[in-house]
Formats: sequence, structure tokens, C-alpha cells
Amino acid sequence: MAVTQKPFELPGKSGKSSSGVFAPEGTIITSLDAVVNWCRKNSLWPMPFATACCGIELMAVGSSRFDIARFGAEVMRFSPRQCDLMIVAGRVVMKMMPVLQRIWLQMPEPKYAISMGACASSGGIFDTYAVVQGVDRFIPIDVYIPGCPPRPESILRAVMDMQSKVQKGGSTLGTQGLPELRQMEEQLIQIRARNTLPGIATERSDESRFGYRLPGGESLVGRSETL
Amino acid sequence: MTTTKSSRPTPDATLARIRKRCGEGFFSVSSHLDNLRLHVPPEKLVELTTRLRDEFGFHLTELGGADYLGYPGRSSASHRFEVHYVLLNYETAERLILKTGVSDPDPVLPTLVPVWAGADWLEREVFDMYGIVFQGHPDLRRILMPEDFRSFPLRKDYPLRGRGERHNFERVTREDS
Amino acid sequence: MPVNLLDEPDIQAENRDYHWTLNFGPQHPATHTTLRLLLELEGETILNAIPDIGYLHSGFEKLGEHLNLNQYVTVVDRKNYISPPMNEVAWHNAVEKLLEIEITPRCKYIRVMIGELARISDHLLCTGAAALDLGAFTAFLYAFNLREMIYDIYEEMSGYRFHPGYTRTGGVMFDFTERVTGRIEKFLVTLPKILADMEKLLFRNKIFLERMRGVGVLTKADAIAYCASGPIARASGVTYDLRKDEPYLAYADFDFSVPYATEGDCYARFHVRMEEMVQSARILRQALDKFPGGPVNVPIAEKFPMPDKGTTYGSMEGLIQHFELVMPNRGFQTSVNEVYAAVEGPSGELGYYLICDGTQVAWRTRTRPPAFIHFQLFPHLIRNHMISDIVAVLGSLNIIAAELDR
Repeated sequence: MAVTQKPFELPGKSGKSSSGVFAPEGTIITSLDAVVNWCRKNSLWPMPFATACCGIELMAVGSSRFDIARFGAEVMRFSPRQCDLMIVAGRVVMKMMPVLQRIWLQMPEPKYAISMGACASSGGIFDTYAVVQGVDRFIPIDVYIPGCPPRPESILRAVMDMQSKVQKGGSTLGTQGLPELRQMEEQLIQIRARNTLPGIATERSDESRFGYRLPGGESLVGRSETL
Repeated sequence: MTTTKSSRPTPDATLARIRKRCGEGFFSVSSHLDNLRLHVPPEKLVELTTRLRDEFGFHLTELGGADYLGYPGRSSASHRFEVHYVLLNYETAERLILKTGVSDPDPVLPTLVPVWAGADWLEREVFDMYGIVFQGHPDLRRILMPEDFRSFPLRKDYPLRGRGERHNFERVTREDS
Repeated sequence: MPVNLLDEPDIQAENRDYHWTLNFGPQHPATHTTLRLLLELEGETILNAIPDIGYLHSGFEKLGEHLNLNQYVTVVDRKNYISPPMNEVAWHNAVEKLLEIEITPRCKYIRVMIGELARISDHLLCTGAAALDLGAFTAFLYAFNLREMIYDIYEEMSGYRFHPGYTRTGGVMFDFTERVTGRIEKFLVTLPKILADMEKLLFRNKIFLERMRGVGVLTKADAIAYCASGPIARASGVTYDLRKDEPYLAYADFDFSVPYATEGDCYARFHVRMEEMVQSARILRQALDKFPGGPVNVPIAEKFPMPDKGTTYGSMEGLIQHFELVMPNRGFQTSVNEVYAAVEGPSGELGYYLICDGTQVAWRTRTRPPAFIHFQLFPHLIRNHMISDIVAVLGSLNIIAAELDR
């Protein structure tokens, strides 16, 4: 992006040095994508999918001390059709997962998702029968926030990260996001499809070290446990 | 605006009163500090709770279950599941815990919903978590777990991580949405 | 016996054509949390509401059967997440009753203080969010600003802003320092001013009063039959308060009163909560004035508390005790016993039915969840009201999903 100080000649087609067209003073030369992304990133409308403790910290971010309005993301809309940033705040359980997916599908493009807190990102301390071990297994996520629950500052940081991602990725008409992210997601899908044996299970099965007790025997973890 | 129940009867006094009015022999007693536990057979439960409500002013505050599969010191004759009913007298601040046991293949207990309406959801939760059927309950269906869930998660033979139900969803990718 | 939710027997088939069914939730801003209601409507009047819960059931009680008694503190914190320290106080109250530990006077005072701070923060969120749902945004901002002060106190005492994880079997994690008590002093100066502001904003606000008064009336008989407790029962004339009637910790030392009302409507519940905050501030003031010195944990000879750094490095007993507690599969021994112990939580009687089998891991950790018990009142309270009354009634019941579903 460049702001012109004085009239200058626009470059011509196919690398010719002069086109004969002069831009007036004060003109900004940039690509359309950059302008659109700049507008998008400063007016993110979050859809707070707040289920548990993280939702309270999300409310704290919205209220006076932390004030998410400084980043243009204060317009929390509770209808998914009006939002472009989903913040999954809190653990998502078996009964809730279809609802989450449906709300995600209802949001219009372009849309982004933040997974807020340990529970939404990985299941956190709730490694139990009912809790989905990371919402990214079932919907695409752009930014993860660690913490249980994360401090409001880290939520603001995540919004800023999201903004830089929006600025870099996406095009005016396209909905695909950053090409390298798309690649990463494809790789992840492949890895998960391949991983039929207890990749996670071997790491996690020795809970007796931490005073765990498994009365019904150890359950299989990982893809192979899917019914 | 202040209410104080200065003379709170001791558990022994409560027990003596119940023994005097309801007779003894059909329940056994155990206690820990101020917790007084009466172990009641299921068939006497509704009769006893109704009398406790009407004659002694006890009301239900808590209801929950427990699975004693493999609990130390349990003989094979004792029941696998026990349900506890914590009763409270709002006037004298006495507390009383009723415990009743039921065993595995077909666990059925009488419902307490006609006695206290508040037992409704609490019994549904016990049914959901342990599969104990409350005979005569007006609306006994799963409350916390999904309708199509087949196991009873708080039973001791159900593993902590479940049997894979938590990963049984479609995956939505960026391309689909 | 799974039954379809829509098959309600008491709605006659011939009238069903004229009734609307409206789905409310599970992701709806006015529920604050994740719960779902199926409403049977005639015009705008609610004929029946069928709650459907379990959208946040995450196996807290199962997890309690796999973590030891001190580890489980981190999990109980997340149960009622708008007043975490109260859950800790309730949990360790049950553990210590089972193990028959008598904690030190200083620890009792500390637990009273964190419990009362939790109560204030819970009531602030409940009243603030109730006002927010009824359109009074400013009161919510006032309440949240005050909650930030409480978070600062938590952070100062434990290093964690939201879920302190502060209590331990036989004591607490760290002793209170001057800076913590200083922050509580400062908080006690600010609290009355903000409460006065909130009262000014709401108590003469006609819209607010019209939407709260006479809505969702709960009679005293129903409150008892439906096992209600805490502010909800007290707003209906049941004056039972565990702090007064079954004094635990150091509550017998303090002079405070139990506010109650007899109307039983949403406004009465709101008013009782506002008054309880004033009483909690009184308790905090007295606790600070009478705050005893001395050790905060029980002596390490009792084998329960974690010794501090000086004792661990400076004495043999301390070192052994530290080793015993941190090594896996050692820890302290419990008895084969069971206990029910309850405290007065912010939204009602918060009890634990704890069963131990002699190891350091509990056999069963049953919670008496006030939110679960109060939510079954909802269909009863909302019948024959308008749709817009749902937010008023839900706000006054203070339903916390994590406690509702566990």
C-alpha cells in the first residue's frame, strides 16, 4: 500500500514503463484484496458459543476493564447468520457437538473460528466419556487459546492474531483462507485417517502414575475406539 | 429477620423418636459424626418417608445413587447399588439419611415423586447414571445423556473414557462449510 | 425408557393444532448457559415448558472417582464457575468431615472469607446479568467491574484469577498475606458504593419492576416440596440458612442476619440476593477484624497437609511428609466410610455425598447441585406466563450449566 505525495504515472500493461495515465494526489494504490481484508479484520462480529467457564471470561473481555471494542470485535451477535467469527468458549460434549456443527454451517462466508481454552482445544482436564477431545476434530479452527480459562489478555491477543491472519489470507471472492493453512489441514486429515492404532492411547494409558484408577479396564483412545 | 435454631436435637434423640413412633427392626442404623443413616428395605421406603414427612416434618433435600461393585468389606449378600435420601427438618435443623439397596440384574425401586415433587429430576438422574428404574415415576427417561446412549456411565464397570461414543460424529471441513 | 420429548400426555390432541411449539436454546444468549426448552405456546402464553438439559454433561462425578482428594479441587472449581472458591470450601468441608480433621481457626476464617467473596461475586453476576437480560445494561457493567476486584483478590491469594484451586485437605495452599487482606479492605470500601449505585439504577426503574414483580411466584409449600434452598427458598419464606442453623467453619462467631421475603416472585429473589451481599460484606468486615494468627494448616504430624518449603528442606519430618504426598500411589490414607456434608452455597445448599474406600481416591463424589434442583422448578414457575418472562425467571433462578449438568 502506498500513498502518493504528488501525481505519478501508473505503470503500463505487460511491464511497459509508461501507460500515459496519471494518478491524482493523495491516491492510495493497493490491491482490492488488501482493502477488503483490512475492512474484514477490523469489523469481526463474534458469535460467542459460550458453554462453560470460558464464557464468563468472554463476558469479562466485553465489559469495561478489557474492552474488546478497541479491536472492533465487540458486536457479539447471537444469531450465527450475522457473524463471521465463532468463539468456542468452553468444553463441547457429545450432546452439544451436532449443535456446534450446525451453527458453524449456518454462519455465512467468510468465517473464522477461535477455540478458546484448554477444554475446547483438547478436552483439557475433562478426559471423560462425554467430552469431545478437541473441537478441531470436527470443525475447522483458526486460532487456539491456551489456558483454563484463558486470561482476557490472551483473548485479546487471539483476536489480534485472528486479525493478522485475516489480513494475510483470503481474497475478495475466495473463501479458502491461507493456502499453507489449507495444506496443513489436508495433512491433518490424512494423518488422522492413517492413525488407526493407539497413537494417543500409548501416551496416555499409564495413568496409574498419577494416582488414576481405571475400574473397568483401560479404554482404547484414538480413532479405533469409534463405534 | 434472624432465625436461630439454638437447640438442635442430637442424632441419638432423633433416632429415639423415630424408633418410638415407627417401631424398630425393619431398618438398621449406622452413623458418622452427626450423619445418621437408616438402611431401609425398598418395600418400606414409601411408607416410612410419608410418615417422616407427615409426623416428623422431614423433607427431601438430596437424592443420589452409588455403585458398590468391588467396594471393600461388602459381602456377596449386600446390594450392588445404594440410593441415599438426605432428609432435613426445616424447623429443628435435624438431618437424616435413608439408604436403600438394590441389586444388579433388574434394579427397581419405588418412586418418591408422590411424596416430594422434587424427587422427579433427581430420580431421573439416578436412572440415567445407574439404570435404576423407579417404579411409578411419571416421566422416567434420560436427563443428562443423549436419548440414544446405551450405557450407564457412573456404573463402576463403565470406563472413564467411555466406549468411543465421544468420537462418533461427522467431521465438517473447511470445504464442506 | 426413552420417550420422545414431544409426546406429552397432558396436551389433548384436538387442541394441538392451535398450539405452537417453540424451541429455545441450547445456544441462546438469555440462557447464559447451555440448556434447551421446548415451549408449548398458545399465542404468546406458555402452556408448558419441557426443559432438556445435559448439553454440558462432562462427567465430573466420574472424574472424581479417578482423582485423589486434593487433585479433585481443580475439578470442583469448574462446577459452579461463577463462585469457584465456594465449591472448594464445600468439597474440603466434606473431605475433612470424613477424615475427622479439625482445621485451625485461621484456616476457618480464611475459608469463610473466600466463601463470602465467592457469594458476593455469584450474586453480582446473577443480579447484573438479570438486569442485562431485562435491558438494563449499565448495572451489568457496574457489577462486572466489582467482580474484577474480586478476581484481583483471588489472583493475589493464589496466583490464579479465575479458578483459585486454593484449599487443601487440612488447610489452604498459601497463607493470607497483608496484601490480600489489604485488597479485601479496599474491596469492602468500594462494595457499598457500587451496591448503592446498582440499587439506584434498578429499584426505581419502572420497566425492571414491572417485569420482575409478580412473575414466577413460588409458594412456600412448593419451595419445600421441590427441595429448593438458598436465596430462592428464602425469597419464598423458608428462612433456612446453613450458616445460621447448622453453623460450620467459624460462622458461629459472626453477627449477621438472614434476609428473607415472603412474596416468592422474581423481584423477591433479586432483592434477597442484593441484601445477602450486604450481609456478606458484614461477615467479611468482622472476619478481617477478628482474623486470628497462628498456623494455617493442621500440623504435619497429622499427615495431611503439604509442608512449606522451609519445613521440607529444614526437617526430616517435613521431607518425609513431602515425599509421601507427592509420590504417586502413596499419599494419606482414608477410612472406609461415607459422609454427607453441606455448606450454604451462593445459590443454595451445596453438599457432597462422599464415599471413600480407604485409598486416597474417592469411591463416589456425589454433588448436591442447587442449580439442577432449582431448574426443575422452571416449568412450574413459567406456566401461564409470557415468552418475555422466561428471561426474568431464568435470571432469578441463577442456573449455571456446569453445575446443572456436571
